[in-house]
Amino acid sequence: MLKLLKNLTKKEWIYAIFCVILIVAQVWLELKIPDYMSEITVLVQTEGSKIEDIILNGGYMVLCALGSLIFAASAGYFAAYIASEFSKNTRKQIFSKVQNLDTEEIKNFQTSSLITRTTNDVTQIEMLIAMGLQLLVKAPITAIWAITKILNKGWQWSAITGVAVLILLSVITTLMIIVIPRFKIVQKLIDKINGIARENLTGIRVVRAFNAEEYQEEKFGKANNKLTDLQLFNQKKFAIMMPVMYLIMYGLTLSIYFIGAGLIQNSVLADKITLFGNMIVFSSYAMQVIMSFLMLAMIFMIIPRAEVSAKRINEVLDTKQNIVPGSFDGDTKEKGTVEFKNVSFKYPDADEYVLENISFKVNQGETIAFIGSTGSGKSTLINLVPRFYDATEGEVLIDGVNVKDYKPEALNNKLGYVPQKAVMFAGTVKYNISYGDNGKGEISEDKIKQAAKVAQASEFIEKMDDKYETHIAQGGTNVSGGQKQRLAIARAIARDPEIYIFDDSFSALDYKTDAVLRKELKNYTQNATSLIVAQRIGTIMNADKIVVLDSGKCVGMGTHKELLKTCDVYKEIALSQLSKEELENA
Amino acid sequence: MPRPNHGPNDNYEKAKDFKGAIKRLFSELNTYKILIIVAFTLAILGSIISILAPNRLSDLTDEISAGLVINQDNMEALNKKATENLSEEKLKQILPELLSPNLSENNIQNIMSDKSISNKDKENFQNILKQFNEDKEAAFKALSSLPNTILEKIFKETKYKGITITIKDKISIIKIGEDSKNINLSKNLQKIFFSEITIDGVKISAEDQYKYVKALGSLDENVDQSEIYKTLDTLPKSITKAIEPVMNMDKIKGITLLLVCMYLTSALFTYIQSICMTNVANKFANNLRSRISVKINKLPLKYFDKHQVGDILSRITNDVDMIAQSMNQSLASLVSSITLFLGSIIMMFITNWILALTAILSSLIGFIGMAFILKNSQKYFIQRQTELGNLNGHIEEIYSGLNVVRAYNGKEEANKKFDEFNSKVCQSNKKSQFLSGLMQPIMAFIGNFGYVAVCIVGAVLTMNGQISFGVIVAFMTYVRLFTNPLSQIAQAMTSLQSTAAASERVFDFVDEEEMKKEDNITKHLVTKDVKGYIDFENVVFKYDGNDEPTIKNFTAHAKPGQKIAIVGPTGAGKTTMVNLLMKFYDINSGDIKIDGVSTKDLTRENIHDLFTMVLQDTWLFEGSIKENIIYNRTNIAEEKVKEVCKEVGLDHFIRTLSKGYDTILSDNESVSAGQRQLLTIARGMIKETPFLILDEATSNVDTRTEELVQTAMDKLTEGKTSFIIAHRLSTIKNADLILVMKEGNIVEQGNHEELMKQNGFYANLYNSQFEE
Repeated sequence: MLKLLKNLTKKEWIYAIFCVILIVAQVWLELKIPDYMSEITVLVQTEGSKIEDIILNGGYMVLCALGSLIFAASAGYFAAYIASEFSKNTRKQIFSKVQNLDTEEIKNFQTSSLITRTTNDVTQIEMLIAMGLQLLVKAPITAIWAITKILNKGWQWSAITGVAVLILLSVITTLMIIVIPRFKIVQKLIDKINGIARENLTGIRVVRAFNAEEYQEEKFGKANNKLTDLQLFNQKKFAIMMPVMYLIMYGLTLSIYFIGAGLIQNSVLADKITLFGNMIVFSSYAMQVIMSFLMLAMIFMIIPRAEVSAKRINEVLDTKQNIVPGSFDGDTKEKGTVEFKNVSFKYPDADEYVLENISFKVNQGETIAFIGSTGSGKSTLINLVPRFYDATEGEVLIDGVNVKDYKPEALNNKLGYVPQKAVMFAGTVKYNISYGDNGKGEISEDKIKQAAKVAQASEFIEKMDDKYETHIAQGGTNVSGGQKQRLAIARAIARDPEIYIFDDSFSALDYKTDAVLRKELKNYTQNATSLIVAQRIGTIMNADKIVVLDSGKCVGMGTHKELLKTCDVYKEIALSQLSKEELENA
Repeated sequence: MPRPNHGPNDNYEKAKDFKGAIKRLFSELNTYKILIIVAFTLAILGSIISILAPNRLSDLTDEISAGLVINQDNMEALNKKATENLSEEKLKQILPELLSPNLSENNIQNIMSDKSISNKDKENFQNILKQFNEDKEAAFKALSSLPNTILEKIFKETKYKGITITIKDKISIIKIGEDSKNINLSKNLQKIFFSEITIDGVKISAEDQYKYVKALGSLDENVDQSEIYKTLDTLPKSITKAIEPVMNMDKIKGITLLLVCMYLTSALFTYIQSICMTNVANKFANNLRSRISVKINKLPLKYFDKHQVGDILSRITNDVDMIAQSMNQSLASLVSSITLFLGSIIMMFITNWILALTAILSSLIGFIGMAFILKNSQKYFIQRQTELGNLNGHIEEIYSGLNVVRAYNGKEEANKKFDEFNSKVCQSNKKSQFLSGLMQPIMAFIGNFGYVAVCIVGAVLTMNGQISFGVIVAFMTYVRLFTNPLSQIAQAMTSLQSTAAASERVFDFVDEEEMKKEDNITKHLVTKDVKGYIDFENVVFKYDGNDEPTIKNFTAHAKPGQKIAIVGPTGAGKTTMVNLLMKFYDINSGDIKIDGVSTKDLTRENIHDLFTMVLQDTWLFEGSIKENIIYNRTNIAEEKVKEVCKEVGLDHFIRTLSKGYDTILSDNESVSAGQRQLLTIARGMIKETPFLILDEATSNVDTRTEELVQTAMDKLTEGKTSFIIAHRLSTIKNADLILVMKEGNIVEQGNHEELMKQNGFYANLYNSQFEE
């Protein structure tokens, strides 16, 4: 938490100091108010006081109140300023950090968690700064100041106020101890209810096919009742809070008056009026003390939540970046070559290698395909090219230069990467195809259309209402999986790269589209090198070179026909997908 | 847990029809009528007590302040009686006898011849002697102007009423009239002048009276009250006792006790009221949640085509929570706030209308200001919410597509956009945070302002004797009672707004049109007696909202044990067939018959029992493997589960898991996609039915598992009339009937050879796979 406060700039610190000064001034004025109140009380009580005096004191009191309002408002302004700037800067910091995080780390954090850390967690802390810090400064100052003001005005009163504060704190603490752990369980139960409903919804066809409606409802009902019982327990405990708080406040006032009556009764004549004034003042200061402690208790409820958020944010910010950018600007003699030299890869803390001793080279215009079962490491392998991961051992060379030496931008300009899951951005079709920067200036409209055509996307784009200007919703929810994949491929084509990387990018396409697309692509990108990861034999049969991976090892390399003869693993895969006849026909 | 007031996270969503939504909400709450009435009654009673309490408190203050000022009546009586004794009247009467001066010739001679006495004094003495003859009273008075030397000679020690009076005493007596500030009387004299008196039952001795007179006499005329009180404090007990202010301690104790009772009752009412509302809120929420859950399974499938899962889920959690929370916190507080507000106004006017007007007018000024701010701030809150939404959307987009963003050098652009959104959020944040922080201080100011106004006006009234000080004290509380509920009402209203929006969404869902009731269906097919015929006869089906029917006049016949392959490109509507077979959707015209019985005459439940369905999206739920396989079947022995798993080749894998068949499946478990598929196949196998629907897609499965899956699928089709959404060419080629779909229509049907001969869409599709 404190660590994050380092993010405050000098200006914000100065503002924070202003803020504290303003709060002190505010408290000072606020605590002056009871003085005037007592003055007014005495004046009203005493015979023969002049109305002018009361108006004068009343005027002072209103001025104090107004001043305190102005100070409070200014303090609030500064607090809002600091909180907003702080959250802005922190958010920016996290955002930049996440963009440069290693893919491995992103996997560890999980994207959804990173999103909440950047958004909700920052908001949590922002709230604490905006409201909490003011209270955190104000409450103790008020409490201490008010206590010193009333301490010498009668130990009996002080004692009873102390007792009231003690009761208040112990009630709150007891409640916290009982209820807070249960709050966490409530959250879990809500998640569970959500989970059961989600499961029912996503599997709605299965649920109905199995006539399992009642089964699901019963399951939901159980979790629902559990949640209700726990909520009831919590809230019933909490129901005691407000009445007790009011009882304490009213009870304290009453006690002060009652004790006051006794004190006045037993005092000498001369002290009676003073005592009465003191009594009135004391009761209002005592309220201030009680309220301060109440505020403090409230803050201590917010702080743990913010603390958790701060921890989660720091986890992201403290993550070390292992992939260091190089400085080579990408001007190479060789074009379109990809070479792996004895490349091995394992995750930092893992014992087992994901890839072991992989070597191959592809030249310009060639297509190389990677096939193997899930977990064989084929996706990992091509992820080494755009440096989503760095090879643990060995070298990955693009155009004869180690990828680690490239400036990231220069490396990316050579690559056209199409991921397994097509990514769509909120924006027009055009924007999505021409996304990014390829170092060659803006991508022309013609190029976009051409790319769409090659990617077999122009047909459905033309059918859309606004064609290339059609808005794609965030995450591409308004286009189908196959359409998304084609748009993602078009995006790579529009980039005009030396090297294409297709990470199982044809899976959502039907056989026909897949076949046509690859044919068109081949014609269009005669000089480009392609790296293809695929599950379907049909997709890769015609590659110049096929690398067969099994448990991270290269168990075969060659053309389709060669591998059918020499590589058992390949044969097995091929047979599982095509009949003998088809394989021979091919 | 107390929620922060006017927090920036407040939901500002508005209901489409506020009145309707609230009406509906209350009609739904009818079940809890009694609890709610109890709660509201208690809220009202509690508020009434809160309103009545200040008056008792003001009585208490009055009683206490009665103990501040000395008992004026007693003091006056004392004054009168004590000073009477030293009045000139009295002196005149008793002086001659008391002093009985020796004015014999002899004595006069003696004085006149005394050389130590100045001539001037002698002359004076002579004059006084002359006066004795003319005006005896004046002469006695004039004696005081004589020096002690002469006086000592004319006075002698005598006895008055048996009390010895010395010469010195006599001199001091004549000095009384001379110097009222410095009276000095010996004890004997005090006895003569003062007699014991009784004031208000307190006996005051002569000596004490003398002290009182002496003390008061010593004060300057224009001395202030506190000085008098200080002097009074030095006097003997009997005096202070007589004039001391009297506090009626019994009465004070009585009022205190009454107040304690009132506060306790009010607290108890609040507590019971909260418990009632908590019960209502949670039971209602429970009821709503389970109604939504039940509803999910009663809606036609087409509903889910148009609505997202997240949307429905947010109704179950967020919206229901919103309703429960506002019932728990806002509803009763709204009732008690309104009661407090109205009650305090009434009480103020009953107590004193001038002060009431003062309090209301002075608060009103503040509230107008606050309403102005509130109105203006609303737009900043909405703005903040939108900006934050934009920013979060951007963050989500970039994070989830991070690899693409990086590989396409899109970071710079992403950063630029981020900065833009971020600073917009920051700007609107500053404004909304500032404004929401303003509420509290303004409230405090209104309170203070009202206090001063009441004090000043109250003081004027007190001085005029129109009201007692206690009334001011009562009003100080009324000002608070009056201002607090207003902000609470405003708060409750905003939360009611969101509640209306939330309940609208919940009830919209609950009221959604359900699937047709099937109560009047009498036909029933028994699973084991069904032979396995399916006939499509001129089936026409159109999705709601589509212009063209998806399935046009489709006729086909499947015989028991046949395999029907459904093929076609992505998005060709292959799942439509599944939907129609399972009666997830109703066909528009034509008929689908099972063993010659129209599906229109069969319940959905009956149809579902006849079909095994294994879909591509492997749906597993959080639960043990066993539960997932047995899913909703009863009387399935563990052996049967194991048998099925052995058959699909899962048994070995399951036994390698730590808890075997009882292993709980959750999202990140080490169950691969292929194994998940096998699990769903096992689930299908355990359900023995005459028909099968199988979605064959096998992408993203590793080779070895894929082989397993395919073997398992083949086993699944054994002896069943199977509809297979086919991807494997071998399946397609071996099918008895191939339905070729394109853009939602069945464009061709027949077996592989027939279709190849047609050389149409199917042939094209088949060949494209192997084109060079």
